[in-house]
Amino acid sequence: MAEDVKFKVSIDGIPVEVAPGTTILNAARRIGGDIVPPAMCYYSKLQGSGGKCRTCLVKVTKGSEKDPRPMPKLVASCRTTVMDGMEVQNITSPEVIEARKGVVEMLLINHPLDCPICDQAGECHLQDLGYEHGLADTRYEFERRTFDRIDIGDKVQLHMTRCILCYRCVFVADQLTTKRVHGVLGRGDAAEISTYIEKAIDNEFSGNVIDVCPVGALTDKTFRFKNRVWFTKPVEAHRDCPSCSGKVTLWYKGDEVLRVTARKDEYGEVEDFICNTCRFDKKATSDWVIEGPRQVKRTSVISLNHYENPNPPAVIKKNLALQEANKEQFERMKQLL
Amino acid sequence: MQSLSNRKKVLEQKPMNFWERMYLPAIGRGLAITIRHFFKPKVTYKYPEEQRPYSKNFRGMHSLKRDEEGRERCTACGLCALSCPAEAITMISAERQKGEENLYREEKYAAVYEINMLRCIFCGLCEEACPKEAIFLDGSHVPPEQLRKDFIYGKDKLVEPRFDYK
Repeated sequence: MAEDVKFKVSIDGIPVEVAPGTTILNAARRIGGDIVPPAMCYYSKLQGSGGKCRTCLVKVTKGSEKDPRPMPKLVASCRTTVMDGMEVQNITSPEVIEARKGVVEMLLINHPLDCPICDQAGECHLQDLGYEHGLADTRYEFERRTFDRIDIGDKVQLHMTRCILCYRCVFVADQLTTKRVHGVLGRGDAAEISTYIEKAIDNEFSGNVIDVCPVGALTDKTFRFKNRVWFTKPVEAHRDCPSCSGKVTLWYKGDEVLRVTARKDEYGEVEDFICNTCRFDKKATSDWVIEGPRQVKRTSVISLNHYENPNPPAVIKKNLALQEANKEQFERMKQLL
Repeated sequence: MQSLSNRKKVLEQKPMNFWERMYLPAIGRGLAITIRHFFKPKVTYKYPEEQRPYSKNFRGMHSLKRDEEGRERCTACGLCALSCPAEAITMISAERQKGEENLYREEKYAAVYEINMLRCIFCGLCEEACPKEAIFLDGSHVPPEQLRKDFIYGKDKLVEPRFDYK
């Protein structure tokens, strides 16, 4: 096949031309906006990810130009590659919306719904997904599966009860580190992410499992219960790091850096994986070169209560004569404070 | 000029007749209205002795509730502070240690919980936002204080007293 061949695809009636081999999800991301299917397990930076959570289901109403029959079932858009002339329905198909609602309900079946405690709340993809597609209440009446908290090393904590088994962290361990020490044990309902005998991950890039986790299953122990995400202020910064790109987001509360994460794009995927030194050890402003405040979507809860100060505060000249005249008043104010 | 609304009434001033010029009937009518109020139910309360009951949906001082076992319900999730339009609420969370299970209901709790009663507008959004039914505006008025700092209520004033739970 010639290299400049482009397939014409239409997603929700919007045409786009993509290279052969592109998945429907990535074709939709080329268009952007509302028609991009949500993805909980697919991660463009991790090879082989996707196909597990089924939130990205779409309907293919026309298979291709040569074979215009529709696909008999809804397909996972992160794993299905496009064909020439394919027509895909995402949000225009009530069938897809209904199926996605079911998928969200299934994902939430064993989820503990402890968002008030969870450190991921506010930037959790499952929260967003549940808000957009889910039911307001649960129909599940049985005991949810529970696990004890596991410490993976001294910096990462695993709450298996919150896990949705997207396998992203397993792919991170496989692809970024040379030796993987954690994986999925068990099958089906009994499946769990675990390290054998709680063995520590001591790789330099192991902290990235926190960033790739779409829920609060893998969280930063140094940030545990420090503050809510929406009270912290994200600031872009970089540093000259020998092992990684050093481009990060610092999450400030006042003058204190509470947490360091990699920069995430609009789909919640990191731009560059960062090393553990940057993530856990460099928590002083003096370690970083500040680039400026991070642009947060206005619809995001993180943008709430953040006021930008467009004008620098006025420099008030001290008027000694006035201070002397109001000395008594000032002293009275001091007493009151 | 023609009126725009057509509702303008043109009054004509007539000279008063004899009875009107006497004023006495008008005074009598006015006194009758005054005297009638002696026999009507009173609408005022004699305040210090008699206190007016609060309305059912009155929103007063906040209180942080305990659950049926006497543990604090608040988990410091921050939704009250997030919903607060006056930004009156601040909190610092902490992790529950072993042996404190009878004090705090969840594994996270508010170590510091402060409401600035001067900032608070008593809108009740914190009550609405709370996922744990931990905060309610069920108190009375905020009592007057001399100093501004005394209006910042900490957990000592907000958490409801611990009763003997069995």
